[in-house]
Amino acid sequence: MPSLKDLKNRIDTVKSTRKITKAMQMVAAAKLRRAQEAAEAARPYAERFNAVLGGLAASAQEAGQGPKLLLGTGSDQVHLLVVMTAERGLCGGFNSSIVKLARTSIDELERAGKTVKILTVGKKGREQLKRDHEDKFVGHVDLSEVKRLGYANAQDIAKDVLARFEAEEFDVAKIFYSKFESVISQIPTEQQVIPATFEEGETAGGAPTFYDYEPSEEGILAELLPKAVATQIFAGLLENAASEQGARMSAMDNATRNAGDMIDRLTIQYNRSRQAVITNELIEIISGAEAL
Amino acid sequence: MADTMQFDLVSPERMLASYQASEIRIPGVEGDMTAMPGHMPVITTLRPGVLHVEGSEGTQEFVVSGGFAEISATATSVLAEQAIPRAEVTRDFIDELRREAEAAHEAAEPHEKDATAKALSDLAQLAEDMV
Repeated sequence: MPSLKDLKNRIDTVKSTRKITKAMQMVAAAKLRRAQEAAEAARPYAERFNAVLGGLAASAQEAGQGPKLLLGTGSDQVHLLVVMTAERGLCGGFNSSIVKLARTSIDELERAGKTVKILTVGKKGREQLKRDHEDKFVGHVDLSEVKRLGYANAQDIAKDVLARFEAEEFDVAKIFYSKFESVISQIPTEQQVIPATFEEGETAGGAPTFYDYEPSEEGILAELLPKAVATQIFAGLLENAASEQGARMSAMDNATRNAGDMIDRLTIQYNRSRQAVITNELIEIISGAEAL
Repeated sequence: MADTMQFDLVSPERMLASYQASEIRIPGVEGDMTAMPGHMPVITTLRPGVLHVEGSEGTQEFVVSGGFAEISATATSVLAEQAIPRAEVTRDFIDELRREAEAAHEAAEPHEKDATAKALSDLAQLAEDMV
């Protein structure tokens, strides 16, 4: 039986924990709004970009010729997985669910006899993958110093990936991130970026326009494909940022509620033991008086 | 024929402008071109330069670092990697672009030297225009 003082201390501890989680939840809510706005603002560019590139890519694919970034190297032996996670924890299952998806994918590829290389973005994913897959790490991008996610961050990652592709270090590249659905639901997603893939049917609206190309179709394609990698990574990073804050918000909301429940339980226990002490003292006094 | 067309300027991070315009001068890789309503559909890549828009909100100018433009009879979308209203362009921004272009020029293969040298001279021109 813990003493009254112990109970009092525990209640105080849990109370301050609740204050912290409450604060974190509110900070996450504010950051979530900003992250969502950023993701929203980036959408027009990505949509238009994909519409134009999708049209170009489709015709190049039909012709069966084009840059390697579009058609692949003709092999799919070596896979590069870009695993994008958060720099910080305390956000529920956010990091773990991305890592879990990446792990499943790694296992599948290895069973199929492929070589897997991993590029991690964000500290948390790296820590989790380290135990089983450290030998596959080829690089790491640290975003912990980044206050506000910009296109430049995505460009740096894309540059790294493209340089490796040029050096023929891999054949297929995929990114892993979490798609933001809502505060309570973030969906870990796997997306292939090299060779480029496009969602079909996006350009289906209305009659197709036949464009003139300046300089040439191939020229534009060659210039746009590397940018497409950066655009996709950027979109992934933004989704991830929103998901992270959303996950943290609901995790902290839960934590706050749990702390509240715990305080209630401890308070009841505290009051009971206090009452027990009082009753005890009364009995002692009364039986003392009776003995006289 | 309508005398204005929809003009959109978007960068990866946000939408910078979206309104009706009557005339848009675009710094294409193969030379400047002016898009007006009823223009033939064209997709062109951009070189670093000044984008000049005559529109419902008066004349606006943006400095773009590259990207591409999609022109059709009724709309023009410019997708720029970086775009800044001309008045807000700083020396540092241009210098930064030049440094990048120089690095690219150094690293380029012999057969690409033409293109990178051109990008470099475009930027030099841009820097002069800004002064």
